[in-house]
Amino acid sequence: MEISTRDLWTVLHGMGFGALFMLAFSGALAELYRLSAPGAPPQASSREQTLLHFYLVAMVILAWFTVFSGAYIVYPWYRAVPPAGVTDLAEYPRRLLLASGKTSEWHNVGMEWKEHVAWLAPIAMTMVAYVTMKYGRTIVRPRYMRTAVLGFALAAFVATGVAGAFGAFLNKYAPVRGGSTIVLMGGEQ
Amino acid sequence: MSILQAGSQTRTAQRGDEPRTARASQPSARSETEIPNGAGAAAILAAGIGCGALGILAFAGDASDALGKALSWYNPTGTLCGVTTLAILVWLGSWFVLNRLWQGRNVAMARVNFASFALLILAFLITFPPIADFLQGK
Repeated sequence: MEISTRDLWTVLHGMGFGALFMLAFSGALAELYRLSAPGAPPQASSREQTLLHFYLVAMVILAWFTVFSGAYIVYPWYRAVPPAGVTDLAEYPRRLLLASGKTSEWHNVGMEWKEHVAWLAPIAMTMVAYVTMKYGRTIVRPRYMRTAVLGFALAAFVATGVAGAFGAFLNKYAPVRGGSTIVLMGGEQ
Repeated sequence: MSILQAGSQTRTAQRGDEPRTARASQPSARSETEIPNGAGAAAILAAGIGCGALGILAFAGDASDALGKALSWYNPTGTLCGVTTLAILVWLGSWFVLNRLWQGRNVAMARVNFASFALLILAFLITFPPIADFLQGK
């Protein structure tokens, strides 16, 4: 069982940070809604508040890890330029996609949108975490604050969904390959 | 009418997070219900500004070759490094300034929300390549 370093980083970026961040949304959105819904208890218990704060901070960290690992580790491999004369573009995903009209829009639309829209998620989620931690249950009191918190959390979810979906498709049609090999487990001959 | 609502009733505290009236009596209940919304509004509007800045910079970097080159701070990532770093600086800078201006005050949240959501939607739309290409006449 082997994996290349580039594959490993791509998995960490997409499945380790990104997918975990995406999965956390269901809990965060439900808890934020419950916290601010009419009829909710006026004050959450200290344990509940601590748990929610920890959850949101973990989401913020995951969101920033996802975009930074994507932009500065995986993306440079994706957009690497092949040396002159190279015909096998397997290790140059961007060039591989652009080489055919059947796949070029995966880059022109998919990657071009993904690489930017993904950054909306950590910015929005950092705000959501800060406001929720500062105001807690009282985000229902300053009028419209609840709307902003839930709206930006939903926007972060959509941005993550767009980036994640295109990331999965891009990795299917032009996976990032190469790098040194890590042997995870030896098999029987 | 400005976003900042003038008047002694809305300026509930000088620099603290909680209004003076809240500290005087019934601290747990009153202080929670009367925390001025300024700090939260600053964070919300700054997030909108940061998202909007990201969209505008990405669009401008794509539309202008000169700007695109100017934003290519780190060659392996192309313009992405300049676009995102500048957007983060705009976001954090605007958050700092707005927080200094609004902390301890109450502001008109409806206007803050409107501006924030408008910038957020702009960011989603303007980073979508078919729309960006259409606006650039490509």
